Amino acid sequence: MSDAAAAHAGAHGSGHAHHPAQQHHFDSLEQQHEAATLGMWLFLVTEVLFFGGLFLAYMLYRVWYPAAWAEGSNELDVQLGAINTAVLIASSLTMALAVRGAQTGLRRATVNWLLLTMVLGLTFLVIKYFEYYEKFEHHHVPGPNFVFEGTNAGPVQIYFSLYFLMTGLHATHMLIGFVLLSVIAWMAHKGRFSPEWYTPVEISGLYWHFVDIVWIFLFPLLYLVDRAHHFA
Amino acid sequence: MDMTLTAPRVTYLNHEHTLKSWLLTKDHKRIGLLYMGVVTFAFFLGGVFASLIRLELATPAGDLVSADTYNKMFTMHGVAMVFFVLIPAVPAILGNFILPLMLGAKDVAFPKINLLSWYIFVIGFLFTVYAMVTGGVDTGWTFYTPYSSRASNTNVMATGLGVFITGFASILTGVNFMVTIHRMRAPGLTWFRLPLFVWAVYATALVMILGTPVIAITVLALAIERFLHFGIFDAALGGDPVLFQHMFWFYSHPAVYIMILPPMGAISEVIATFSRKPIFGYSFVAFSSLAIAIFGFLVWAHHMFVSGISVYSALVFSFLTYAVAIPSAVKTFNWAATMYRGAIWLKAPMIWAIAFLGLFLVGGLTGLFTASLGVDVHLHDTYFVVAHFHFIMVGGAIMGYFAGLHYWWPKITGRMYSDIWAKVAAIIVFVGFNLTFGPQFILGYLGMPRRYHVYPEEFQVLNVFSSAGASLLGVGYVLIAIYLVASLFKGELAGDNPWHATGLEWTTQSPPLPHNFETQPVVTEDAYEYSKREIKVV
Repeated sequence: MSDAAAAHAGAHGSGHAHHPAQQHHFDSLEQQHEAATLGMWLFLVTEVLFFGGLFLAYMLYRVWYPAAWAEGSNELDVQLGAINTAVLIASSLTMALAVRGAQTGLRRATVNWLLLTMVLGLTFLVIKYFEYYEKFEHHHVPGPNFVFEGTNAGPVQIYFSLYFLMTGLHATHMLIGFVLLSVIAWMAHKGRFSPEWYTPVEISGLYWHFVDIVWIFLFPLLYLVDRAHHFA
Repeated sequence: MDMTLTAPRVTYLNHEHTLKSWLLTKDHKRIGLLYMGVVTFAFFLGGVFASLIRLELATPAGDLVSADTYNKMFTMHGVAMVFFVLIPAVPAILGNFILPLMLGAKDVAFPKINLLSWYIFVIGFLFTVYAMVTGGVDTGWTFYTPYSSRASNTNVMATGLGVFITGFASILTGVNFMVTIHRMRAPGLTWFRLPLFVWAVYATALVMILGTPVIAITVLALAIERFLHFGIFDAALGGDPVLFQHMFWFYSHPAVYIMILPPMGAISEVIATFSRKPIFGYSFVAFSSLAIAIFGFLVWAHHMFVSGISVYSALVFSFLTYAVAIPSAVKTFNWAATMYRGAIWLKAPMIWAIAFLGLFLVGGLTGLFTASLGVDVHLHDTYFVVAHFHFIMVGGAIMGYFAGLHYWWPKITGRMYSDIWAKVAAIIVFVGFNLTFGPQFILGYLGMPRRYHVYPEEFQVLNVFSSAGASLLGVGYVLIAIYLVASLFKGELAGDNPWHATGLEWTTQSPPLPHNFETQPVVTEDAYEYSKREIKVV
């Protein structure tokens, strides 16, 4: 027995065999699964608070400047926002189907659903790019070049600051999710997952759904707020 | 020691020797030591700034540094000490090293993420050091807008990014520890058999998870406001600078509990061990940690009583601040009750722990003065506040860190340090600390404001006392470094359990095996069952 193998056996207290995905410091694959799942849920809690700071700022200024919020919101393209909402909800479905595929051991289906999820994610980002580009053209990006007619220009600039921060942070999370899913898809392609071990697919799914849910809040708060104002 | 000890053959320190085996280690014990290296360096750096501050304040005139330089000194002292010493010291150094051993686990739940946390921490630290050596930063460690967003022309961006990046190390460590405590306990180690250090680390992880993301987004928003001229806190656009203060303190007040809870956990271990008794009211001490973590999130605006918040919210925050005193007092009384009629063994860690008790008591009680709405108007931004939080952060957190470090040093290194020198250092630090910060209570009460490099002549005597105390404090800290390093070369072998203590960490060899235990430990008794143990007082 080589030194490495001896150390390996010693690390377990016995030379027993285990699933190749199981790491040495865990006693069982089940313990490893529970740890990873709990870890992702806790990470998502931190994400809620990370976005939470911006939601707090949004809430304060919306109460202070409802008219500016309506004017700013009017500048957004509701149609594109609605299409993106549909795209993301669809991507949550394909993600859930990918997890289902991994759970039932359908390798080909898992990879395909993951790829489709990535395509939908990319679609979202491309549409977002065009929205940002349009804001740039109209000088609605906050800063020295910001131009807005009317008495509410100051608060409207705050609105756009929050718009770019919130959607920008969300888009960054989409990008991270895209990279994450490409790794998971590659692992799925290599046959690393099975009905006994598909935790990485499952917790990546948790992350992806979380990012979708953030958008579900952002869309009405940023795009539809004008309507809420008119009916109020 | 009557028995002859032999050094263990294979340990986590000697089983691999290359630099790579350290820099790519996934072993929680080595990662703890990596943190110790960076934190010790940051402590030295923050100490240098502190020395310059006290040197300047030895005379009433601004004769050593200019006002601008002085602003940078106290800012960088605060940034280095808060974000790179106090917050990581006990959780990331002692927590990393001891937590899995206490749980009877082979490692933390996510060893790779643990290593990643250290790298993120180092990158954040490098950003901050870069900011310091390329001109510094002068906003105060609190980065209040609009100083930080518009007025200051110093390196706010790099420092802010350093704090932002470091935050993620804290978040990942918090997630890692919490999952470890939930999922990696040895068979038989139920929640109410856990050593109290574990409860304290659990409560700390809770604060790290719920608080740190908020400072991250706050500093990010500040950085974007400063760099891209967005407006979130910009009053010129109708924004609210006080919103920044709310968001900053929503993290930075609970951060005080990130600093103090783990040392409190270490103190529980030390007091039980050296009183040879179970902790009095175990469950009260355990739950008081959680209560402090939860109440800690509801008191942030007591930093803002003079920032123009409404009288009604100030009333509520004042009341809730008083409420935090209850779980803190529960701990202090229970430690005292543990010592009462215990077989007290005055080894060095116990001396540090007793020093902690006295200083934390003063720090806690003076906190009540500043929690009081009327009194706070007089004391706000004076040296009274400076003295108060140094009693908590240095008198509490740093003394607790040293109590824990002296307690677990034999486990970490396998060697005993000089007990007598450790006691001498503890007494020097205790005296030096009181001499430094005691007079500051009086100075603050008399009205000396913080953050100025000149002061009226009538304040000089007390300031000279304070600066003299700081010198003594410096001597004490250097002494610790000397005898701890000396112990590595000349220290006696420690053996598995030099303090005859309970707890799984003492059942393995010192220094521990690379994978901690030879066989999976099984726990059959409560924590601190000293009545069932043979008492050996050496």
